[in-house]
Amino acid sequence: MTTHYLVLSALLFAIGAVGVLVRRNAIVVFMCVELMLNACNLAFVTFARQHGNLDGQIIAFFVMVVAAAEVVIGLAIIVMIFRTRRSASVDDANLLKY
Amino acid sequence: MNGTTIQAPTIEYALLSPMLLVFGAAIIGVLVEAFAPRYLRKSIHVPLTLLALVGAFVTTILTALNGLPTVAAAMGAVAVDGPSLFIWGVILILAFICTLLINDDDQFVAQAAAVPGSVDEEEAVRHGYAQTEVYPLMLFSVGGMLLFAASNDLLVMFVALEVMSLPLYLLCGLARRRRLLSQEASVKYFLLGAFSSAFFLYGMALVYGYAGSVDLKTISTAISSVSGQEPLLLIGTAMLGVGLLFKIGAAPFQAWKPDVYQGAPTAVTALMASTVLVAAFGAVLRVFWVALGGYEWNWQPLMWGVAILTMIVGAILAITQTDIKRMLAYSSIAHGGFLLTGVIAIGTIKQDQQALSAILFYLAAYGFTTVGAFAVVTMVRDAGGEAGHLSRWAGLGKRSPVLAGIFAFFLLAFAGIPLTSGFFAKYAVFAAAISGGALPLVIVGAVSSAIAAFFYVRVIVLMFFSEPAADGPTIAAPTVGTSAVVALAAAATVVLGVFPQPVLDLADQAASALFIR
Repeated sequence: MTTHYLVLSALLFAIGAVGVLVRRNAIVVFMCVELMLNACNLAFVTFARQHGNLDGQIIAFFVMVVAAAEVVIGLAIIVMIFRTRRSASVDDANLLKY
Repeated sequence: MNGTTIQAPTIEYALLSPMLLVFGAAIIGVLVEAFAPRYLRKSIHVPLTLLALVGAFVTTILTALNGLPTVAAAMGAVAVDGPSLFIWGVILILAFICTLLINDDDQFVAQAAAVPGSVDEEEAVRHGYAQTEVYPLMLFSVGGMLLFAASNDLLVMFVALEVMSLPLYLLCGLARRRRLLSQEASVKYFLLGAFSSAFFLYGMALVYGYAGSVDLKTISTAISSVSGQEPLLLIGTAMLGVGLLFKIGAAPFQAWKPDVYQGAPTAVTALMASTVLVAAFGAVLRVFWVALGGYEWNWQPLMWGVAILTMIVGAILAITQTDIKRMLAYSSIAHGGFLLTGVIAIGTIKQDQQALSAILFYLAAYGFTTVGAFAVVTMVRDAGGEAGHLSRWAGLGKRSPVLAGIFAFFLLAFAGIPLTSGFFAKYAVFAAAISGGALPLVIVGAVSSAIAAFFYVRVIVLMFFSEPAADGPTIAAPTVGTSAVVALAAAATVVLGVFPQPVLDLADQAASALFIR
């Protein structure tokens, strides 16, 4: 019964991971990371149901709080670099190499 | 679980006091930012930060003297045991030294919100603004490190990982000069860090699905009792490994390290290169030894590959670098690989004790040397700030023999020459790896040490046997803070290299009871 949810969460995680690798806009990359975190939440809640304990559901709340904190930091950093470069593309940020 | 009465959890405040002190001071720092007038802030922050770190260090020592607890604190969430206390002590001393370095000079941007090169920025500089949020951010990060190394529960470990990392992402973007590089480092570190922590979290979800709990002890007992769910545990272990090895900068996940180390303000680089590595190894040991200790036959082969790749990639790519901070970053990657050979050397209890004590000693020795090396980097400057390019360092030994001599000494310690701390550290880790049956790893380690020694010596030759450039960099007159940092780091490197016994004994003692579960 819970297998479907686990498959869905794995799919969401994979979509997020591929998105991080192929998308070029820092905001979209960051949204893909958030998608991965939400896929984790789905997995936690499903496993909590499967094991019949509440740990997984409580962890999901912690993950939401951490994700919110990450959004604050992440958007601050991305807005900072956008204001400097007039672009949020991760390809344009290429000064540091080799 | 479903009972109607809820028992209040017991929390051992005395055992957790080092962390509580650091977090408390960080929160006071935020209040200072909110309420104190701008001109007063720095003079409040610096003593507050230093006092908090000293206080936390003293309480750590007191806890250690009172005898180690045998059960994990805070309802099994935080393990305050020998290794934790040793790692806390090392992190707190290193953070103290880094605070002196951070405080010392205006390395931080006047106003982070002002666009580089804009009128706003000029105005902020003219008014003498300073981004004093650096201090509370650093304290939050240090608090996260303390918790990260002592967490006995994957959830606490994840939260600690984020508390440690989020302030660092911001700190990376606050360099005063070369702000484009700094901002780029910040974006790269943030996106890759968030990506890797998502992997850690999914790994945690799968391990929870396997064991029904995220408690490290429950996971370790589940490994021998739960059957038929092997794929969950296997994939979960791999993903937890990705998240943790990213923080160490082990080889397939090392790409961020040179970029971030180069772009970040050098004082922050020193903090990351020393304390974060220490904390991350504490967490790696806890996950792989405590939770997955009974599963070693499955993770060891992969870890072998990672360790070999890390040592080789770190040593070989360092040769091709032309920037001093990037070179030190690759050297730090290689050292991460040497430390991983100790993580692999798990076996009998006696074997574990030897390996753990070796790793603890290595972390202490490497931490001091690396802070010293980055402190020297802050002092070699030209018009645009620090002179990062290696060609600018040519002939430094003729202009400033003392500084170049100390830097050469740090490099020799990285290379592991006898009479420096690096020698005993490497010897201890490799000896533990040999007795753990990882002889091929030690051979790879010795070869990559030799390769690494080549580029350390190349820098020394460049400093002492090349003609200085006519418009070469100036040596900033050493201020009290920076010279104290360099002196402390050099002293620690000498002492750990000549009389390592007291610290070795301390590490042995910390490792004697291994981790509590």
